[in-house]
Amino acid sequence: MSNISRDEVAHLAKLARMAVTEEELDTFAGQLDQILDAVAKVGEVAGDDIPPTSHAVPLTNVFRTDEVRPGLSQDEALAGAPAAEEGRFRVPRILGEEQ
Amino acid sequence: MTTAELMDYAEVIERYDPVLGLEVHVELSTNTKMFCGCPNSFGGDPNTHVCPVCLGMPGALPVVNGTAVESAIRIGLALNCDIAEWCRFARKNYFYPDMPKNFQTSQYDEPIAFDGHLDVVLDDGEVVRVDIERAHMEEDTGKSLHVGGATGRIHGAEHSLLDYNRAGVPLIEIVTKPITGMGERAPEVARAYVTALRDLLRAMDVSDVRMDQGSLRCDANVSLMAKGAGEFGTRTETKNVNSLRSVERAVRYEMTRHAAILADGGSIKQETRHFQEADGTTAAGRTKETAEDYRYFPEPDLVPIAPTREWVEQLRATIPELPWQRRKRIQEDWNLTDEELRDLVNTGAIELVAATVDAGADQADARSWWVQYLNQQATSRETELADLVITPAQVARVIELVGSGELTNKLARQVVDGVLDGDGDPDQVIEKRGLKVVSDDSALLAAVDEALAAQPDVADKIRGGKVQAAGAIVGAVMKATKGQADAARVRELILERVGA
Repeated sequence: MSNISRDEVAHLAKLARMAVTEEELDTFAGQLDQILDAVAKVGEVAGDDIPPTSHAVPLTNVFRTDEVRPGLSQDEALAGAPAAEEGRFRVPRILGEEQ
Repeated sequence: MTTAELMDYAEVIERYDPVLGLEVHVELSTNTKMFCGCPNSFGGDPNTHVCPVCLGMPGALPVVNGTAVESAIRIGLALNCDIAEWCRFARKNYFYPDMPKNFQTSQYDEPIAFDGHLDVVLDDGEVVRVDIERAHMEEDTGKSLHVGGATGRIHGAEHSLLDYNRAGVPLIEIVTKPITGMGERAPEVARAYVTALRDLLRAMDVSDVRMDQGSLRCDANVSLMAKGAGEFGTRTETKNVNSLRSVERAVRYEMTRHAAILADGGSIKQETRHFQEADGTTAAGRTKETAEDYRYFPEPDLVPIAPTREWVEQLRATIPELPWQRRKRIQEDWNLTDEELRDLVNTGAIELVAATVDAGADQADARSWWVQYLNQQATSRETELADLVITPAQVARVIELVGSGELTNKLARQVVDGVLDGDGDPDQVIEKRGLKVVSDDSALLAAVDEALAAQPDVADKIRGGKVQAAGAIVGAVMKATKGQADAARVRELILERVGA
């Protein structure tokens, strides 16, 4: 049972900024279906009385005190960047998507 | 760029009801960022307030800043919100280089504070209650610099440069419920709301609330409903609104733009727009992604927050007197009319007057100085009242000297001018400019005798019972003493002298 359409795969690919070929749309739609079906099995087992788990450890309110700690220097921060300029990370231009 | 068609504002109001939704982002003035110990400070050399956590490096583990959570709860309480008993952070996923993690840590369906309200005072004193949907915690993004093409603009840029000093700075996003039924006052309500929120946050000392530096930012959602229609229209979200005045202008502009499109049979595109400060217009930005596209899910690296009720009550006790409570109390304490209070608020004098009163002055004298003379001086010197160099204590000193008769009102204004000109405190100005009242009777008598001798006809009139004729002699004495005499005392001496 195919739940994921080619259009949905194309949309997801766009959100994930991935270039996907026409054939890959079919391949991924099928593969994503299998993954979703497998995950859906969990839903069959878990009853209404079992809330979804987001955190495996029952902890709350873990806070840090508001004190400055040493971080990275500019050189260290940029050390792993593929490109840098004027102390900043340099990235390709962004098309029409100002946040 | 083509100029958008706009409808005349009066016609907009006749045909449509505006609906507003305001989203205000507030940067907290904590020492450190939301999830790491990097300093939270404006500016600095690029990428010098960063660490593996805010740069989104693999394996870095965020930990919540406890002070930021306290501020969030306090803001929620001040906005009359309920505080969640249990809530989580969520990842808002999008690919954009302003967040190196490829997501922004935010809150989605479990905000820390919700269902509140803020009472907002309009220019004429009318109070409007704005309902608050939620206040949630999140982190600020980095700053992009677009290089090439038009300066700083994304269109035509060849590449972008990223500074992550601001990435991870604690942000509180405060979202109103739809604000309806405001009609032509909608733009004014928007400005008044942001003003009230700014004053509130400033009084609580949780943020710098500098719109010009971006520590307080307002996104204005605007839509129009045709009169009589029950359903909201499609909205636009205007960003880049960097001053209180711009909030009002942006809302008004969008109302007239929407109306022209709708009246022409067109439909509004749901999109982000950017306010252009220079000409007061808005320009289209990106088409908004839907919430679904952000694929929110609970942040697995941060444990839930469950504020105990004891903690919430402790925080409630730390909320200072809020601006409108303070205004109400001052109005009662000083027995002010609504109009007198409004003068104090609108001139921005209220805290200055309060401080002057604290320094020992009578409230009526203090109000008169700040609202009238000093306000005029601020206007003519093109500055804000609060930015004048005179302090409330100095104003109180001037008032004291007038009260003791050492200064006349005229001299007092000259002393104040001296302080404003940078000649030091009032006593130094008096010393420097020789401005004290001549209270030495013998010096005054000499001037009185001289004036009487110079105008014998006037002296005769006074002697003959025309006491009001003494005014001319008083004037002559005041002139001779360069205004430094006490006019009432001069009059007494004249009458004594002529034996009237």
